[in-house]
Amino acid sequence: MKISFKINGEDITVEVDGNMPLLWVVRDTLGLKGTKFGCGKAACGACTLHVDGIAVRSCSYAVRFAEGKSVTTIEGLSIKGELHPVQQAWTDEIVPQCGYCQPGFMMATAALLNRIPNPTDQDIDDNIVNVCRCATYYRMRKAIHRAAEINNQKV
Amino acid sequence: MKLKKSLIFTALSFVLLVIVYSLDGREKIVSERVHTETDQNVEVFDKVMSVVTHKRCMNCHPADDFPRQGEDSHVHRFGVQRGVDNHGLAALQCGSCHQEANNLLSGVPGAPHWSLAPKSMGWQGLNKFEIATAMLDRTKNGNRSKADIAHHLTEDPLVLWVFEPGVDNEGTEREKPPLIKEDWITAVKEWIAAGAPIPAEE
Repeated sequence: MKISFKINGEDITVEVDGNMPLLWVVRDTLGLKGTKFGCGKAACGACTLHVDGIAVRSCSYAVRFAEGKSVTTIEGLSIKGELHPVQQAWTDEIVPQCGYCQPGFMMATAALLNRIPNPTDQDIDDNIVNVCRCATYYRMRKAIHRAAEINNQKV
Repeated sequence: MKLKKSLIFTALSFVLLVIVYSLDGREKIVSERVHTETDQNVEVFDKVMSVVTHKRCMNCHPADDFPRQGEDSHVHRFGVQRGVDNHGLAALQCGSCHQEANNLLSGVPGAPHWSLAPKSMGWQGLNKFEIATAMLDRTKNGNRSKADIAHHLTEDPLVLWVFEPGVDNEGTEREKPPLIKEDWITAVKEWIAAGAPIPAEE
């Protein structure tokens, strides 16, 4: 079936099985490899991207539900070549170790900051529940607070 | 004279006996009818509540802020919470994982407007009589009339999801409630049509 949606601001139409995971389409049809496959069961969060601004586990999101919506991947997080505050903070705090799960964490964090600009530690614990096997959680917590600071400086 | 009085007394006694017997019989008939109606009401009520109290319904009617999941109704993994609008937290919404239909590949269940029931409709810890009372209480049920309740129970796709709950993340079919959808709809309509009676607790 044909499905039309925006991907990182651009209108596209794909012709695929409507039940194909959005992650498959993003990575294999559109060639955007930043979003990662982790568990395939919406559990680990490595595949997190945004659909209409909501953090979504794309491995468990049938692409037919993206019809008419706006999808943002890690490649579309920066605006006009400038690092997104979350990306800047992740760089400042040297968060990644192996890095595989980090795009998912960054997309979840961006969604969090859109709704809670100055999250507490409790907000972070409650909202950012992705899995990192390198256990970079401590650095991520610092980076999330740092991203909030960068956001505040820009306002 | 004594014989005449005796005959009159006997006749009156007979008439009285007939009246008492008739009344007694009528009372028995009336009593049996009421009893039968009550049995029907109880039967319909129990049918409705057999679905309402099933884990497929109860898991999303928590009395606290944490949804349950699975056949053992464990607290939802990953610390998922109710949030202010019953749709989850800022970056961990119900819609982050649950879409408008079951995902048979990942095993994540889905239906339109997937969310928790409002806290006022938290049923965990209540028995079927208390749940039914809460369902009919307009201060708790979203100000729904009985007709609204019937509509919600028989038309809302999120409610009807319980009859097609899909598979879990191991590919195993989720347990369904004891009634099929058609029997559920019939039972709800009968219960509401009868005035949604709640039998006395056993």
